[in-house]
Amino acid sequence: MALSRETQIGLLSRMLLVRRFEERAGQQYGLGKINGFCHLYIGQEAVAVGCLTALDKDDYAISGYREHGHALVRGVPPGAVMAELFGKATGTSRGKGGSMHIMSAEHRFLGGYGIVGGQVPLGLGYAFASKYRGDSTVVQAFLGDAAVNQGVYYESLNMAALWNLPLICIIENNGYGMGTAVARASAVTELYKKSEGLGVHSEWVDGMDVIKVREAAERLVERAREESKPAVLECRTYRFRGHSMADPATYRTKEELEAYRKQDPVLSLRDRLKITEDKWKAMEAEVKAVVDASVKFADESPEPDASELMQYIHPTNDNNAPERA
Amino acid sequence: MAVIAYREAIAQALREEMERDDRVFLMGEEVALYQGAFKCSQGLYERFGEKRVIDAPISEAGFAGLGVGAAMAGLRPVIEFMTMNFAVLALDQVINNAAKIYSMSAGQFRCPAVFRGPGGAAHQLGAQHSQCLEAQYAHIPGLKVVMPATPRDVKGLLKSAIRDESPVICIEGETLYGLKGDVPDNEYIIPIGEAEVKREGKDVTLVTWSKMVYATLDAAELLAKEGIDAEVIDLRTVRPVDKAAILTSVAKTNRCVVIEEGWPWAGVGASVAALVSTTGFDDLDAPVERVHGIDGPMPYAKSLEHLALPTAETIAAAAKRACYRE
Repeated sequence: MALSRETQIGLLSRMLLVRRFEERAGQQYGLGKINGFCHLYIGQEAVAVGCLTALDKDDYAISGYREHGHALVRGVPPGAVMAELFGKATGTSRGKGGSMHIMSAEHRFLGGYGIVGGQVPLGLGYAFASKYRGDSTVVQAFLGDAAVNQGVYYESLNMAALWNLPLICIIENNGYGMGTAVARASAVTELYKKSEGLGVHSEWVDGMDVIKVREAAERLVERAREESKPAVLECRTYRFRGHSMADPATYRTKEELEAYRKQDPVLSLRDRLKITEDKWKAMEAEVKAVVDASVKFADESPEPDASELMQYIHPTNDNNAPERA
Repeated sequence: MAVIAYREAIAQALREEMERDDRVFLMGEEVALYQGAFKCSQGLYERFGEKRVIDAPISEAGFAGLGVGAAMAGLRPVIEFMTMNFAVLALDQVINNAAKIYSMSAGQFRCPAVFRGPGGAAHQLGAQHSQCLEAQYAHIPGLKVVMPATPRDVKGLLKSAIRDESPVICIEGETLYGLKGDVPDNEYIIPIGEAEVKREGKDVTLVTWSKMVYATLDAAELLAKEGIDAEVIDLRTVRPVDKAAILTSVAKTNRCVVIEEGWPWAGVGASVAALVSTTGFDDLDAPVERVHGIDGPMPYAKSLEHLALPTAETIAAAAKRACYRE
């Protein structure tokens, strides 16, 4: 079913939020407000927006360490995400997580994880729990192209296929695992093909085109929900920045970068929708206000109290654990 | 009191907890149709069916990670490893995810999963199948580690582990599965983190856990013949350790020997010895003695394997050194 113009503008606006939020995060990193690792999502916005907007509120999503965008699209307040990047007490994990571990139980965003591919079996566990309870929720597990070289990815997909679990693995193929091009790490470069032998329905989509991503994701989500079956969706995308803030990305050519910039997922949708200059300015202003507010909130928030140092190591056994997180 | 085998006590604990809480499920290699490589899940598949007793493919990292995710989602997974040697493949999921998620999420997610399986040497199984790996887990904040030595303790501690809100590692003694012992008829649990005095004595404290409890009790009998009255403490849990039980005993005996089956360096015994030597320093009349397996991979040959492990005789000799009786 074709998406309405209004829906498409909604997708554009979410992509724009992720873009401007990440640009600001990069800037704040430069100012020393954010430290440690910081992996920006700039260029890949169509993947998170296209996939996650195909989920219901009760569904689950999990990601790797390039996950600020997934959190934002899932509805986690930008202020709480920025505050977590700043290491503040108002952050999503009260400053215990950081850039790679943004998570929100309320939004059923199971988080960012820092070990390549290690999040996939966790997503499998949620898919298992969904079937165990019979509640028909589905799980999207995002991973990078390099994570496809981890054994646990295949272990997880095998079990998902064996037991018919509603797990959708979304490969964000941005062409490089850190500085190593896909072809230098994987003998088969059409990554979706690598899961076909496991009996998992697998396909690829142009990950720079949010409409195509959304349509594919909707189809696979519906299939997972109705038939309780796993799938793999390879989204071919590109990151415009380096792997992390420390990476000038000298392993790729200017020409390559420029070619992908012409497919910029945000600007190309703007142009396709023929958004007027005034409308675009209004959209930009709206997003800028949100991002400004997130930085102000993070700046003004307190550091975690020293008394929190040894908190959250073990839950108390008070039998008041939530029925589900 | 009923007298049952250690493996039966495990099956009873699983059955009772699965009856009590329908969120509890058992997953692992050969746990369903085969009823467990060591027959610890006897009758469970028949009773609970394939939904709750699940044969996993040989994908330790994958099904351990499934357990972490399912626990985060609100279920109560019991993940069985055929041996703790295989669990090494799943250390990423246990160390990086299970142990960290509560902290990394500031309490939004928790991981009430149990990871269990047999550890230690078991009659000429060679280097890859004879390891004591408790130190790898006991080192990690966010985990709890139990190592029960008796049928009563394994039942009570496994039930506690399943009910615990934290990830708990339960390392069973591979040679203990057939061991029989008294188990109370009524329902009971044994709290995680409580040691037990297995034998009271006044001259020297012998601290140990898991199957070394038996060699240590034998050593205490040898010592008794020489007029040395040893107190034997079974830690039962190696994280968190019952520090008070150890220090209270040492305050009485003023001498301490730490006995473990595994390797000496950077292990649980080293940490217990450090605790007694620092916090308990003023109570000591002699340096803490340690008895442990050789600092090398386990050989296959029967004679060499025997030499590699602590015995009642080597434990008694260490106790005599601690008592300046040698």
